Amino acid sequence: MPDFAIPEAVRAEDGHVGRRLPRIEDRALLRGEGGFVDDVPVKKGTLHAAFVRSPHAHAEIVAIDASAALALPGVFAVVTGADMAAESDPMIVGFENPIDYYGLAVDKVRYVGEPVVAVAATDRYRAEDAADLIEVTYNVLPAVVDPVAACAPDAPKLHPRSESNCVSRRHFVHGDPDTAFAEAECTTDLTIRYPRNSITPMETYAAVVETNRETGGFDVLSNFQGPFSVHTVMALALRIRTAALRHRSPKNSGGSFGSKLTIFPYIVVLCVLARKAGRPVKWIEDRLEHLSASSVAPNRVTKVEAAYTKDGTVTGLRLTHWDDHGAYLRAPMPAPIYRMHGVSTNGYFIRHLEVTNHIVSTNKCPTGAVRGFGGPQLYFAVERMMQRIAVLTGRDPLDVIRRNLIAAEQFPYKAIAGSLLDSGDYRQTVEETVEQGDLAALKRRRDAARAEGRLYGIGYAACVEPSQSNMGYISTLKTGLERERAGPKDGAVASVTVSVDALGSVNVIGDSVPQGQGHQTALAQIVADQLGLTPDDVVVSLDTDTAKDGWSIAAGNYSCRFAPASASAAHQAATRVREKMARIAAANLNVPAAEVEFTDGKIHAANNPDNAIPFYRVGGLAHWSPSSLPDDVEPGIRETAMWNAPELTPTTAKDEINTSLAYGFGFDFCGVEVDPDTGAVTVDRYVSAHDCGTILNPGLAEGQIRGSWASAFGATFLEEFRYEDDGTFRSGTFAEYLVPTAAELPDIRLVHPTPHPSPYTRLGAKGIAEGNQYTTPVCIANAVADALGVEDIELPLKPAKVLAWVQAEEPPPSAAVEPDGDDALPARPTIDGSGEVQVPAPPEHVWAMLLDPERMARIVPGCERLEAAGEAGFAGAVVLGAGPVRGRFEARIDLTDLEKPHRARLSGTADGPLGSSRGEGAFELVAQDGGTLVRYRYSVELSGKIAAVGGRMVRGAARQLIDRFLRALVREAGGDADSGSSRGLSARLKRLVGGRA
Amino acid sequence: MKKLDRNGRHPVRLTLNGMPEEGFAEPRMLLTDFLRHEVGATGTHVACEHGVCGACTVRIDGKAVRACLMLAVQADGAEIETIEGLAEADGSFGPLQQAFHENFALQCGFCTPGFLMSLSEYLEKNPDPTVEEIKVALSGNLCRCTGYHEIINAGLDAAKALRERRQQTD
Repeated sequence: MPDFAIPEAVRAEDGHVGRRLPRIEDRALLRGEGGFVDDVPVKKGTLHAAFVRSPHAHAEIVAIDASAALALPGVFAVVTGADMAAESDPMIVGFENPIDYYGLAVDKVRYVGEPVVAVAATDRYRAEDAADLIEVTYNVLPAVVDPVAACAPDAPKLHPRSESNCVSRRHFVHGDPDTAFAEAECTTDLTIRYPRNSITPMETYAAVVETNRETGGFDVLSNFQGPFSVHTVMALALRIRTAALRHRSPKNSGGSFGSKLTIFPYIVVLCVLARKAGRPVKWIEDRLEHLSASSVAPNRVTKVEAAYTKDGTVTGLRLTHWDDHGAYLRAPMPAPIYRMHGVSTNGYFIRHLEVTNHIVSTNKCPTGAVRGFGGPQLYFAVERMMQRIAVLTGRDPLDVIRRNLIAAEQFPYKAIAGSLLDSGDYRQTVEETVEQGDLAALKRRRDAARAEGRLYGIGYAACVEPSQSNMGYISTLKTGLERERAGPKDGAVASVTVSVDALGSVNVIGDSVPQGQGHQTALAQIVADQLGLTPDDVVVSLDTDTAKDGWSIAAGNYSCRFAPASASAAHQAATRVREKMARIAAANLNVPAAEVEFTDGKIHAANNPDNAIPFYRVGGLAHWSPSSLPDDVEPGIRETAMWNAPELTPTTAKDEINTSLAYGFGFDFCGVEVDPDTGAVTVDRYVSAHDCGTILNPGLAEGQIRGSWASAFGATFLEEFRYEDDGTFRSGTFAEYLVPTAAELPDIRLVHPTPHPSPYTRLGAKGIAEGNQYTTPVCIANAVADALGVEDIELPLKPAKVLAWVQAEEPPPSAAVEPDGDDALPARPTIDGSGEVQVPAPPEHVWAMLLDPERMARIVPGCERLEAAGEAGFAGAVVLGAGPVRGRFEARIDLTDLEKPHRARLSGTADGPLGSSRGEGAFELVAQDGGTLVRYRYSVELSGKIAAVGGRMVRGAARQLIDRFLRALVREAGGDADSGSSRGLSARLKRLVGGRA
Repeated sequence: MKKLDRNGRHPVRLTLNGMPEEGFAEPRMLLTDFLRHEVGATGTHVACEHGVCGACTVRIDGKAVRACLMLAVQADGAEIETIEGLAEADGSFGPLQQAFHENFALQCGFCTPGFLMSLSEYLEKNPDPTVEEIKVALSGNLCRCTGYHEIINAGLDAAKALRERRQQTD
């Protein structure tokens, strides 16, 4: 396969930065000796937590009965929302808002999967048993899932203290957009609906918490990723001093892509649970919990309007966003939309901009950080608009992009919304990509394909890639007056400590909380270069401990922070160590400190390498002989850098904000073909280029690009958290929420353009991990738009959806497009069917059987208990399952319209830990061949866990259950079940085998 | 089939990477939980517990199997191989591990044990696979960090190293 590798750096001849150094981390991980949270031994007696979760999108909690759970041996404590409200404070976010959020539902549930009760027991199996025994009574309310509909005055309201589900609305004017639009040669608009997705790390949330009597607080081990500003949120919620919340992260974390930020509400709940249980509590989130209730990127509706000239020069931009944050706002939400505010105009020279942000609550999982952090949504709108302008002006889309890009001589460039774009030559990057990626060949392929009548298109996308977030940008959400009251917020402090011990061994710790990016390796390269050592001489430990480490609020791993921030901090700390050791050595070498160099484990005079002292010897002097040190040199060698960049200034009075420190640039183009019969989109060729300044380690950098490509490909074609209109959640397993595998992920051509190092970071490095999240979805969407000539492209590009665009004579508006066909699910998770079965008994006997609770108890599969209830009906308990999911349901069935012994109607409910169902049906008894022909039909609607784990599986299981029931009915009537004809069933089973339900 | 008391803890004896191991398990305990928390072999990871992601793949009597879809008591008497058994006798990387290391084929390393064990079985069955064959062989393992490119290259490199080793011993 073609492999366009990033070349190794040649600038530092003997240096390690820039080299493709294999990873230090692999040494443990490849031997199965990693240290993830669940690998760390816990104290004997540690309890395990499980959660009772809401099966409803919106409902009042009428009652919670945990008595049966607490009576179970091994169960130590339960915590409800009422307990949280009594023992903790709401978790704050960055602005005044009408949402009280405690981690567990209080009074109401607001999304499927919301934690309602936490329970602690001796092991996870018992904790889940206990959770199943907790009975929650709900009063179901209407739900709202669409962010625009949620803003309507009559929409169901989620939060009682709010006036509307739009919990924040801000309007920004930069430049003079009104005049730009009024005087424009052309204007157009486009509405984008960007779906909900995430990147679902392989390791789920994991935490172990215990109370600490000495501090009155808690000791926590978790895979929380930062930002550690959220540490404050947890401590305030727990009503403890921040120093009394000791948080440790282990050395390994199994991916995060942003999602592990929002483990923090669980940590708060687990702390309350541990205090109540009187023992340490451990919790490992399961996959259903993660998919339904951990964290997602906000889905967004954006209306984008552009003013432009006839030659395709954009003169003004208007963006109206409805950003859907689900049921609650959790810090630092709604940050993604504000993190991108400064680069609302992408890499284009556009001086008139208007932005309106609606932050909306809906009955869906709350949002959090997801790789790309607001960028995919923004750039999808802006780059789709660039393609539209090309179509409307009759120009090549690449010409429109080129024409509008910021010119090289304009850097550093202050974008109209405030971002200070530090360096780059965007036009050069585009030209290099076009040439190295061979766009000419791709155009020939397109022309050949089109000549044959095939549906082939080319797409382009450019993006500015922000890295290292300004901790002050979220304040842009406040008005200038509110900001003035709260005091300035800016900067982004990164910390690395480098120490040298008495034998010259080098130790590095830092606050970067890696989740697989290879930070240990990169930091070892950076520090080794400063000290004249090899990376193997440097021990890097990146597990963290808030009680002992140097850290500040920006600590953590997010928004491409490592390459600009942590690398700079490491460089600064190592430089200080070097300067100190140079002074000690200089005194011994009798040369000025400025003339001392570090090479191959020796410190020597620059002009005379033989005048040298071993590196370890200087370490020894600093520790063993403080008296020998120069007068102003402190003993020991340990330097902590708290590095910050002065360019990260606060939001101005005009709402301008430099949202990030370093801005890379990405440019992609691709060719796709659409199958006119199936709607399947094939990526024929994909070329991607990223200028991220200095590359610290090409192997690590390429891994970030290819990883981002893979998840962006998933977002483009496969990944979406699906909710029905009533809030029913449909994506609870990896069989429903599809992610790319090796088999379907196409390869990508990497172009390495001329790098433009950042002048604001110490090594010139910029982030690289998020670029394809920005470019890929819209690059492919633009190619599909080009292939089909359609305007509205909505992700993910499922074949059935694309087929509807192929077949539509007039392109339909995106909102009206409903998926159809093999990969479509019915509008609600409904199971229905009908059929008939011959029973060897007269209708009177069958009637009597069907109305006799004792006999029905024997027939109904999984029936634990059944008794007569109401005028004509049953109540009881059944244990039912579908695949790996199995649970107990409290069922109630009422019979109406009874015509003995001919027919009756049924209606009923079944509720349990797996969810709720409502159903109705009817049966008819017809005397035939000395027996009875039973005709039946049924229709059951599902919600909760059982709906989330997948309609396909549940429908199959339901049919099996009906089959078992009918066979038992025939047997009970004295017949041979296998000879009883069950025409409806067998016909449907055949259809099932045929692959269609 | 022997019927076990559902509330009892039952002895499970198995061979793990050539060494005898023993522990107790309730009938419902998953093999993953038994390996990780009874035996302490935490190299095998749990990521979906519904058989889709492949992170927990181990080899049982030679076959690559999802340990999250198997009960511990079902593994009584089995020969199990995991990532902990892939290194050479002197502790250095085996061919699969070396190929992953050289190709940057892992990032967070959480899915890696499953990829290694799937490949360890597959490369015995198909010692000289094409890129397309490796892609299909790995389609039951999810990785969210790498984009698979490096894993596929590692699989090809490991296949080559294993073939060369076989030639040397023949």
